[in-house]
Amino acid sequence: MAVANHSVAIALSIMFLLPFVFIVSTALMTNQQTGSLSIWPSPFRWSNFTDLFEFFPFWRYAWNSLLYAGLGTVGVVLSGIPVAYALSRLRWRGRQVSFVLVLSSLMLPVQVTIVPLYIIFVRLGWIGSLKPLIIPLFFGDAFTIFLLRQFFMTIPQELSDAARVDGANDLQILLRVIVPLAKPAIAAVALFNFLYCWNDFFSPLLYAGNNPDTWTLAISLQQLTQLSRGILANLQMAASILFTLPVLIIFFLAQKVFVEGVTLTGVKG
Amino acid sequence: MATVTARPPAAPDKARAAERRRRRRRSAWRRQLVALAFMSPWVIGFSVFFVYPILSSLYFSFTKYDILTDPVWVGLDNYRFMFTSDGRFWTAVRNTAWVVAIIVPLQIAFGIGAAMVLTRVKRGLGFYRTVFFLPTMVPLVAAALGFVFLLNPGGPVNAVLGFLHLPEPLWFRDPAWAKPGLALLATWMVGQTMIIFLAALLDVPKQLYEAADLEGAGPIQRFRHVTLPMISPVIFFSVVIGVINGFRYFTEAFVVSKAGDWDNPVGTPQDSLLFYTSHLYNQGFEGFHMGYAAALSWVMFVVIMVCTLLLIRGSRRWVHYQGGFR
Repeated sequence: MAVANHSVAIALSIMFLLPFVFIVSTALMTNQQTGSLSIWPSPFRWSNFTDLFEFFPFWRYAWNSLLYAGLGTVGVVLSGIPVAYALSRLRWRGRQVSFVLVLSSLMLPVQVTIVPLYIIFVRLGWIGSLKPLIIPLFFGDAFTIFLLRQFFMTIPQELSDAARVDGANDLQILLRVIVPLAKPAIAAVALFNFLYCWNDFFSPLLYAGNNPDTWTLAISLQQLTQLSRGILANLQMAASILFTLPVLIIFFLAQKVFVEGVTLTGVKG
Repeated sequence: MATVTARPPAAPDKARAAERRRRRRRSAWRRQLVALAFMSPWVIGFSVFFVYPILSSLYFSFTKYDILTDPVWVGLDNYRFMFTSDGRFWTAVRNTAWVVAIIVPLQIAFGIGAAMVLTRVKRGLGFYRTVFFLPTMVPLVAAALGFVFLLNPGGPVNAVLGFLHLPEPLWFRDPAWAKPGLALLATWMVGQTMIIFLAALLDVPKQLYEAADLEGAGPIQRFRHVTLPMISPVIFFSVVIGVINGFRYFTEAFVVSKAGDWDNPVGTPQDSLLFYTSHLYNQGFEGFHMGYAAALSWVMFVVIMVCTLLLIRGSRRWVHYQGGFR
């Protein structure tokens, strides 16, 4: 029975890994080979990885993605920490209602708001830049606030009280007591947001799609079809790999942070 | 602190009590202000980027608006057009219903199955878990493009099928096979769901399984009467998230449709991949019919609310919480 189970596990692993193998092998083929039925590249065209920079302003798009993901993460953390603090460790009228509103905004699909948001951004002249993507993130992100609030609630009240007795006001308590203790949660939240922004397709397409200078990597990858004189499968796969690589590297380095982040959401039952 | 006196409090005591009350009210007021100061980023963001757009979206849905000229009030025209004359609307609805009805259960079933395999693995659990979860880390765009070439008529999947003398479908070039192609992509990305179910499965108390064994239950009965009820809250959570994400389905379909040729209309081939959000995007951001797009988004909002409510109501019947509070 265990043997059967193990073979299923192995079969599933092969199934999950094969697309990776294929993408890598396509990225190393010549263009004619991608059209043929051969699965193994010969010879290995490592030059594909350098050739694609000729067709494709990779670094500009990578920089745009980095700007969006980096600044977005900063904004989300800077705005999320005080809000989560207020929702978890202060007593004030309207706290429960506000929390419910935060949760409700999590459930709403973004499509309901994009039309008017787009119009606002047109009127502000922000369309065609990264501003519509980055600036709203400095005003709170529901998921971040939720995660941080859950974590802040696990910090014992005595620590805040002790600091208050010492004469600290809430800002000092937040910065000197809570934030140092919440470093794992903040790290998890920063990671989630960075990856979300790096992989994001819909919002950049909407707000920056018309201006090729502000394309992020995600958009440009999909546009590569148009930029080159046809479907250059090998270059597209090579670019996809370069796009995915930072994510995989971060994933492997930060596995611990991920696991802590998932358990923080307390999904069980 | 105060001792009970037989006679009524003298004037200085009353003044002190009043002073105490005033101080308490002031500090409560200060607490409120501090809290609001901390909340201010979210309050601004919520009002400007959430509440205002929802309300003005409703307004725009009753207008005809293309951004260049001013909005023109047209009443219920957008909605009338949507339900009676827009053929693509119903195609989009049907395709999205397909996602919700087929892909969501598929992912959940596959997630549970893969998780169950992992619960019985003795060695190398970390390795399998990483491998199963890895595809979820790949950005959707890259994954979709990868699958376009994987399932291309010249690609390896068809090569293998041809080798086994099985029919080789045209996948994303064939309206009948385009959605199953997306289903394959969805099952490849089942890692996240699987991880959640793995945690839930490992949480099922062993005594229940032992009790079931004592009563002579076979594996299928064990699954039906012990495992499923115990993980039903997680199933419920996954169903709700899955349904909401199903309504949002866009990126994969968009990338796949346009992969063959940038000028392909969204939903190629032949509208088989036209999902609700794709239709909304096409109307609002390719055709700039903002009013109509707003109407579409409101219909979607209402449908999602109704579905979520129905799910929550229905959950009382089949979701079993260990605390037994429902």
